[in-house]
Amino acid sequence: MDVLNVFLDAIRVAIGPQAAVFALAGVGLNLQFGYAGLLNFGQVAFMLAGAYGASMTVDAGGPLWLGILVGMAAALVVAMLFGLPALRLRADYLAIVTISVGEIIRLLVRSSTLEPVTNGVFGYRDFAAWFYAINPIPAGRYGVGNLAFPARTLWLIVVAWTLVLLASLLVLGLMRSPWGRVVRGIREDEDAVRSLGKNVFMYKLQALALGGLMGALAGSLRAIDSQAVRPDFFLTITTFMIYAAVILGGAGTIIGPTIGAMALWFVISFSEGLLRLGIESGVIEFLDPEDVAAIRFMIVGLALILLVVFRPQGLAGKPEAGLLDEH
Amino acid sequence: MSTDVLAAVAAEPGVPKPNPILVVDDVRRTFGGLVAVDVRHLEVERGTITSLIGPNGAGKTTLFNCLTGFDRPQAGYWAFDGHRLEGRFAYQIPRYGLVRTFQLTKALDRLTVMENMLLASRGNRGERLLGALLRPSWRHTEDAARQRAERLLETFELTRMGHDLAGTLSGGQRKLLEMARALMTEPAAILLDEPMAGVNPRLRQTLCEHIEGLRDGGLTVFLIEHDMDVVMGISDWVVCMAEGNVISEGPPAVVRADPAVVDAYLGSHDGLAPVDERESHEDETS
Ligand SMILES: Nc1ncnc2c1ncn2[C@@H]1O[C@H](COP(=O)(O)OP(=O)(O)OP(=O)(O)O)[C@@H](O)[C@H]1O
Ligand SMILES: [Mg+2]
Repeated sequence: MDVLNVFLDAIRVAIGPQAAVFALAGVGLNLQFGYAGLLNFGQVAFMLAGAYGASMTVDAGGPLWLGILVGMAAALVVAMLFGLPALRLRADYLAIVTISVGEIIRLLVRSSTLEPVTNGVFGYRDFAAWFYAINPIPAGRYGVGNLAFPARTLWLIVVAWTLVLLASLLVLGLMRSPWGRVVRGIREDEDAVRSLGKNVFMYKLQALALGGLMGALAGSLRAIDSQAVRPDFFLTITTFMIYAAVILGGAGTIIGPTIGAMALWFVISFSEGLLRLGIESGVIEFLDPEDVAAIRFMIVGLALILLVVFRPQGLAGKPEAGLLDEH
Repeated sequence: MSTDVLAAVAAEPGVPKPNPILVVDDVRRTFGGLVAVDVRHLEVERGTITSLIGPNGAGKTTLFNCLTGFDRPQAGYWAFDGHRLEGRFAYQIPRYGLVRTFQLTKALDRLTVMENMLLASRGNRGERLLGALLRPSWRHTEDAARQRAERLLETFELTRMGHDLAGTLSGGQRKLLEMARALMTEPAAILLDEPMAGVNPRLRQTLCEHIEGLRDGGLTVFLIEHDMDVVMGISDWVVCMAEGNVISEGPPAVVRADPAVVDAYLGSHDGLAPVDERESHEDETS
């Protein structure tokens, strides 16, 4: 392994299914947080809804495509659970409600009591055969060297990034419409928007639900990618990682979540690869290989801090948007 | 001028007006033990400029908040243009033709000046989620709104700033934008909370002329103002509150000379003189 291979590996991860899942969930979170100013700390609960909707439907004998729709319907229920108690209150209450309701949902799903329904901690496996069966790409490996994918992964990548593109275009279209103008106004000052005759609550609920639908789709994709679903895949840390991606790329920009998700996974993979390379070749002697996984997240944290200091608007953001925040 | 309409009205608190657009009855708002607003009866005559004055903490802003659904009084009812408005949500109030501005200006900083204006337009079909992506379905209402916005921006001398982010405007320009934006809702009456605060004297003059122009165009203006020169200059009628109550109302000169009003201001160390009352406020603490 040399540095070039580590780099190609990192690129492979940055355009791989995990990055696409983060990007899609990030496009949804960006609609909620970046444009509507909603502090949704429960994005992972929407992903859980999407993953379990898909896997439980298949387990019950239904087709996977129906399961994905079921997951989206479940996401709308989650949006109501988040929004109805908290959206009329101050912004910070939404943060508290989403983080706790999200955890409650995960703990319910993994509880022994609900195990007959949800399979508890074991979850589901091998429910996405249909998705890989309809893969039109002929079998084989595509790419060069370390930057190559088997046909089934490539199929998932194509579908996932296509969904990211469609979701981004949807957000772009909405933000250029009068609907998006109201939503962005709410982010700035919801009382002002209210005083001008807009039903702020409804707009917030719509933004929350729409972003949640994208989160659910991302959750379904994640489940299809790993062919496994367990409650503990959906810890709150995932929500924070998606926040990291959105802020890294630029909250309130169209391509920010995509750039951020790619950059995030690139940094994670590249730093891990370099550390391992250093340890193997004896350049880095003071580190135990077992610590690498933890240290790469420290490096991500450092990158975020540097970004917030030197480029608060994110990689894709316009400088003036960052400056105005200081008012 | 509508002053004539009020010529025959007696200068006493709660007096009925010939053609009131806003009628307030028994509105009471308390915060714990503090009675912030306790208004028995108040009428605002249609098509006039009515000023609401009173020392700091008199309850003026709280009354505005109650009337526009931003606060809930413990008791009371009020009617605007024949519609009872108590219990309505803040976002429903502009539909009846009543709009307000805020003491602390609320420009939408990261929207352009033009977007601030367009956001306030009425019945914009593109504001519904379903249909927002179908530009042809809302282009018509959007274009009409844009024309109205351009006219208003011109009146308020903001045309040059149309494409700038509202956050880059000066304090006075933000006041102007907030007023112009409120007018986008096509109101019958506008409640202005200290529209002159932080506005330089030259601009104050212009702003006064705008407000008079609005009145002459048929709009009812109900404004809170501390600057006595402004109040004396533009008001058709003046209402004075102190400690939550309406203690005096009448033509400007009459209210100014009312001993109850003078007492209220002296009692609060505010002073009625056209100096900035915040200076004398500091005496209180020293
Ligand atoms: N949310 C609140 N909680 C507690 N007390 C409040 C609240 N809002 C207003 N008050 C109190 O109600 C009283 C009236 O306040 P209000 O803001 O209406 O005064 P005002 O006449 O607008 O004064 P100013 O001229 O300084 O703006 C004050 O004593 C204030 O402290
Ligand atoms: Mg006030």
